[in-house]
Parts: sequence; structure tokens; C-alpha cells
Amino acid sequence: MLTFLSRRLLASIIVLLLASYLVYILSANAGDPLEQLRTSTSRNKEELIAQRIQQLGLNVPAPLRYFLWLGGVLKVFIGQFTLGQNISGTPVTADISNAVLVTIQLIIASVVLAIIFGVLIGITTALRQYSGYDYTVTFLAFLFFSLPSFFLAVVLKAYVGIAFNNYLGDPHIGWWAYVFIPLAMGGIAAGISGGTRKFRFTTFVVATLATLGVVVYVAVTNWFVTPSLGAADIVMVAIISVALALLVTVLTTGFQNRKALYTSLTTVGVGLVLYFPFMSIADRLNLGGVALLGLLAVAVGLLVGWLYGGFDRGQSMRNGAITAFLTGIVIVISRFLRSWHDYSQYVANGRPIATVGSGTPNLNSISTSFWIHGLDTYTHLLLPTISLCLISIAGYSRYMRANLLDVMNSDYIRTARAKGLNQRTVVMRHAFRNSLIPLTTIVAFDLGALLGGAVVTENVFGWSGMGLLFTNALRAVDVNSLMGYFVVAGVAVVVFNLLADVAYSALDPRIRIAA
Amino acid sequence: MSQLPPIEPDLNQAAADATRAADTTDAQSNLELKEIEGLSQSRIVLRRFLRHRGAMISAGILLAIVVLAFSSEGIDALGLKIPGWWHYNYGQIADVTNGGVPSWRHPFGEDSLGRDMFAVVMRGAQQSLMIVFIVGIISLVIGVVIGAASGFFRGWIDTILMRFTDIVLVIPLIVLTATLGRNFGARGSLILAIVLGLASWTALARLVRGDFLSLREREFVDAARVAGAGPWRIMMVHILPNAIGVIIVNTTLLMSATILTESAVSFLGFGVQFPDVSLGSVIGQYQAAFQTRPWLFFWPAAFIVIISLTINFIGDGLRDAFDPRQKRALNKAARKAASASREKARAAASQNVSEQTAQ
Repeated sequence: MLTFLSRRLLASIIVLLLASYLVYILSANAGDPLEQLRTSTSRNKEELIAQRIQQLGLNVPAPLRYFLWLGGVLKVFIGQFTLGQNISGTPVTADISNAVLVTIQLIIASVVLAIIFGVLIGITTALRQYSGYDYTVTFLAFLFFSLPSFFLAVVLKAYVGIAFNNYLGDPHIGWWAYVFIPLAMGGIAAGISGGTRKFRFTTFVVATLATLGVVVYVAVTNWFVTPSLGAADIVMVAIISVALALLVTVLTTGFQNRKALYTSLTTVGVGLVLYFPFMSIADRLNLGGVALLGLLAVAVGLLVGWLYGGFDRGQSMRNGAITAFLTGIVIVISRFLRSWHDYSQYVANGRPIATVGSGTPNLNSISTSFWIHGLDTYTHLLLPTISLCLISIAGYSRYMRANLLDVMNSDYIRTARAKGLNQRTVVMRHAFRNSLIPLTTIVAFDLGALLGGAVVTENVFGWSGMGLLFTNALRAVDVNSLMGYFVVAGVAVVVFNLLADVAYSALDPRIRIAA
Repeated sequence: MSQLPPIEPDLNQAAADATRAADTTDAQSNLELKEIEGLSQSRIVLRRFLRHRGAMISAGILLAIVVLAFSSEGIDALGLKIPGWWHYNYGQIADVTNGGVPSWRHPFGEDSLGRDMFAVVMRGAQQSLMIVFIVGIISLVIGVVIGAASGFFRGWIDTILMRFTDIVLVIPLIVLTATLGRNFGARGSLILAIVLGLASWTALARLVRGDFLSLREREFVDAARVAGAGPWRIMMVHILPNAIGVIIVNTTLLMSATILTESAVSFLGFGVQFPDVSLGSVIGQYQAAFQTRPWLFFWPAAFIVIISLTINFIGDGLRDAFDPRQKRALNKAARKAASASREKARAAASQNVSEQTAQ
């Protein structure tokens, strides 16, 4: 293992060095870094040009200048690491570290959501192979593959961001929302449910009516403008948490396992009892506090499962932990919704969904509340996240579907069925877990690529992350910034590829890394 | 206990079910075999492809777009000039009528300068299609040569070629293409296409290498070697035809990805340069006009989506045609026969059960 890692690392370093030379030459020849100054009208033009030439070492030809740059990088061994100065004379490292943080903020939510939805859609389509639902999703996946990301981003800006903000100004839901949204949800539910025609029809009717109820509720209470009802929120929280608890139980053990069921429901009960105490201290919390409470909730869930005991104690504890986590999220969302009205009226002036930038400027002078800051991040993340997500979901769901189909046809699944296990246990315990293994590779690759910035998305939505840094550097022929960008992006690709290999061999005992 | 049928007939029924099931699969495979009896492998693949409805419709649409784009605006490349039938040129400036709203005279509308959008979009589609095909061909050639050489010869040739592939692969594709575009985009879209082709062959090379690595260990390659065939002949005559499925399918998918990369790079302003246009650069130019004059934006976007979608579907059809494990190509007759015999078996079984319970 160690020999493998060191050999791979050595090869990667050589590859990175050669690739960086290539990038350096290409970017140095991409244009004239003095163009801006040449066309300027300032009086000391000649002086400025001479100064910049001196600063960036432009009198040294590019194939040699690379080694000056590399010398700065290699000073990492004597603690004087530098990536040089950018075109306006400030150190590149500062720009890069800011940009990396912005990019990480941008991609984390989208990667997590894309994995969750991609896996869900992949599983359901694989289990309902060749059904109408499967064909529809397949077509949609192809469509999203073929959709240019900039087109999706611009359309989202106009039709989701601006249209939704307009809706908030004049909250009125058209008749089509009462007809098409429920019918679509009913169709999806019926497609996923499978089974006999009668069962699917029942599912369709139930799902349609339930969605209609939600739409009517949203319209009547003007939910998008004032989503919080104050103390009465606990009713909604209770309904949603109990539904989630039941869902978790159905998926993991089924209702026959009473101890697991009671664990989930008790955990929800504990969460509801703590609802008002939480609300009273919530104003003083910050991110760390909320995370700590989340860990506490998971611990409570585990404890409840342990106290119920029984022969399958581990399963009950898992159920308790998952339910506690989900209930915690519901309660936190409920707290965010209480701040929503304040945020959208006083911070965002009635147009909360942002289409540009990664945060409201000078927000700290308006409010220091964790909840307002959270909502601000959320509204700025919403559109870029959707546009990044939709395309990744298309890829992940296809991949997951193929994996699960592969696994479901394997011998150990047949063995599991022959043992007399029911469909749920076969799918959730045997097939699902194994089909996730190949996904780790793809996710690791994608993370490595995304750390180099979502170039197009960042450009359209004006997020000053790695992607925007790259395009700006390329436009201005700012070679040092571009190289700084490449160092981060290239190292990310190499490291995550290595991680993918190691994770794969750790998860799948059939794969052994040859030393 | 009394409700359970006796054990003996049950066993018989299971045996009968088993033979019936065997009959069903036999019937299926027989029908399939009869279909392709006496045909060569390439005929079978072609046949499966022609039967793939999605791929055939897509091929038709793509062909229609190619004909429309090249006939309407004419050809203007490499000094060759053939005028098209459309009465505007993409660079020609006319008076803006009615704010450029689409009309009979300008079916896709006009931009603020008075350029006819139909002409612009057709020229853009031409450029994008040309870039896609050139990139496909160049990547195909480089990827196959490098992949084949490193998979077949292994050893130090493999090491050098694969490290070289890694060097190109470690630079994110959009970064490489944008930088290359910034270098060469101003010299015309033909140069740009060639340069993009030089950047996008890596995935294909790796796949071809994998295929060659496994195929070279097969018995028929040993047989050829014993018969005295040299490496060139073994590669061209014995291995390449067996790897052709992977190559064709992945080149197609690469082409559908290329149109997205090209348009993204042009959208950012690093690809095809003004005064020439590609679909991506048109969208980049007019993205601010989206709210007020959506036709400037939607037509080029629609063409990108349609071209990419059709190429994707063609690739999917090719994959189904080349991969013999794909059962979806099972024809209708066989499927009907199979489901009929299943129905029959089920009916017989339920009849058996009811008879038994009656007894």
C-alpha cells in the first residue's frame, strides 16, 4: 500500500510539473499582459509599463520565466512559499485562498444534493426498469446531459429567480398550479410505486390529492411570504417529523419491527418536547452551537434505541439516530422560517432570491444573527446550486441505475432471495450498499474537478470563486494568477483521483492495490 | 393444513413450470437466432442500429439540421464560397423593423444591429457542427493510435504514452480548451477546431488501451502470431475490428460533449471570435437581452440542445447495437411470443392450483 502510494505520488508530481510547464507556455502566449496599460491614457504610461515588466519579469522569455515561477513554488521547503504577484502587484496566494473558500461554499451543497437525489432516482428507476417512469427519467437525463450549463443558468435566473421574486411582490397562484403540479406529483408517485394497476391508481389519487392539499395550503396562508405561523409551527413540525420517522422505519426495517418503530417515534417525541426550549435559546446560537446540538440529537437517538433494546439493538439505534437527525433538521428549518419574513422584507427588500454574488454586501452591519446570515447564504446559493445539481443528478442517476441493475442480477442477491429475505431487506441491505461503492469513485473525480471551480456557473452568477478567477486571469493574461489557479486545480484532480483509488480498494475487498 | 395442496402434485407442477420456462427462453433465443442467421457481424450491428427508433429519428433530425444550416447560409470556408438560398448573410446589416420581433421576413427576429437572426443561427450551427466533426475525427485518430500502441506494446511505450495522456488529463478540459482558444481562436474556427481536437482525445485513448490490453491476450491473437503475422497486421486485422464498438460509441459521445464544451468556451468569449459566430458565442453576446428579446437567446440554445441530444441518442443506439448483451433490441415478435407463453403458463398454473384446492 505504502509503495503504491509513494509510486503514484512520484508519478503524479512529474505529471503535474510537465503539465504546469504546458499551461505556463500556453497562458504566456495567450496575449499581451501589457495591453491594458498600452491603451491607457495616464501620463506616466511608460513608467507603469516598465514597472510591470520589471515586476512580472516579462523581459525573460516565457520558457525560462517558468523556472523563476517554479523557484518560488519550490521555496515551500524553506518556508517562503510564493506563487508570485498578480497583474496588479498583489500576492496570488491571497486571491487563491479567498477563491477556494468561495468555491467550496458553492459546491458542497450541490454535491450533497446531487448525490442524494441522484441515488434516489437511480434506485427507483432501476427497480422499475422499463416502466413509463423509467423511460421518462431516462429521457430527462439525456435532456439535461445535452443542456449547456450556461443556458440552464440564464434560464434559472430569469424564470426562477426573477419570476419568483415577482410572485412574492404579488402573491397569486395561477389555476395551472392547482392542476399540473398535483397531477405531475401523482404521476411520479404512481410511476415509482409499481405493483398492480389498482394499487398504482390508488397511489396516484392519494398523491395527487395530498399535493393539491399542499398547494392550497401554500396559496391560502401565503406561505412563501410568511412561512411561519409562530408557535403553531409545532403542528407542522410534528406532522413532518412523524412522517419522516415512519418513512425511515418502512425503508429500514418495516413496521413489524416494533422496537425500531417505537424508537423512531419516541425520538420524534423527544424532539418535539425540546422544540420550545430550542426556540428560546436559538437567537444566541451560532453555527458551532447548532452543529453541537445536532450531535446531541444523534446521541439521544442512539440512546433511545439502546434503551428499547431487544435482539436487534443496533438496528433500533441506527433508526433512532437517523430519525433524530432528520427531526433536528426539520426543527432548524422551522427556526429559519421564522426569520424569513424579516430577511426578505428588511434585508433583501422583498426580492429575496439573489441572482448575482455570493452574499449581501455589508450584511454584518445590518444583522449579526446566525439565522439571517444562514438565509442570506441560502438565497444566494439557491440558483447556482440548482443549475449545478440538475446536470450532476442526470449523470449520477444513470450511473446508479446501471450499478444497481448490475448488482440485482448478481449471485449473492439470488442467494439472499433464496434465503427467503423480503424485497426491502434484499434491496436496502444487500443491493443498495454494494451499488454505492462504484459511486464513490465518480463522486471523488467530480469533487476534484469541481474544486477547480464551476467555471461557467460562477461566471453567470458572479461568484468570485476559482472559476471566475481563472476566466479573469485568462482575459487579462495574468500568468501568475492562472498558474496559481492551476496549482490548486491540478493538485485537487491528482489528490482526489488517488483518494478514489484508495477508497475503492478499502470498500471493495475484491480489489487489492498491487504494490 | 387442509388448505395446503398435497406435496406430490406440487413437485410435478414445479417441474412442469421449469420446462415451460425453458421453452420460453428457447423460443426467444430461437426467434432471435433466426433473425440473424447467415449475417455477418457488421450486418447484425447495422440491423440492430437501424431498428433503434430513437437513434434513427435522431439521425434524421441531425441530418436535416446539417442540410438546413449548410444550404441556407452557403459554404464559406478555405477560400471556397458557395452562396446559400437564404436572402440574408450573417454579417449583413439591415434596418431594424419593429424592434427586431420575429416576422415572416425575419423568422428568428433581428438583433439590435439589424442582423438577421436566422442567418446568424444558421452560421453558428455550421461552425458548431464543423467543430464537432473535426474534433471527433482528430480525437478518434489520436486516441486510437495512442491507445492502441500503448495497449498492444505495453512496457515502456505504454508508460510514456500513458504519462503523456495524464499530463493532458490533469489540466481541466475547460481550462485547456479556453487557454487554447485564447491562443488560437482569433485565427478562425477551423484552427480552433483542430486545436480542440488535440485536447480532447484522452478519454478515448484510455478506453482503447484497456480494450487492446484485454484483446491481445485472446487465443485468436496467439493463433495469428503463430501463423506469422506481424504486430501491424495483428493490430489492424485482428484486434481493431473487435474494438471498433468501443471506439465508435465513445467517439459519438465525445462529439456530443464537444458541442457543449465548445459552446461554453465560446460563451465565455475564448472560442470563436467576432465577426464569425458559433452558437455559444451568440448566446454569450445576447445573454443580457434575455428579458427583453428572448428570441435572440432561445433559438441558438434550442439548436445546441437539439444537436447535442440527437448525437447522444445516436450514441445510445450505437451502444445498444454493438453490445450483444443488450436485450432491448429483442424484436416485437419475440417479445409477444414470450409474453404469450408466460401468460399461458401462468393461466395453466392457476388452473392447476384451483383444481388442486377443489380436490
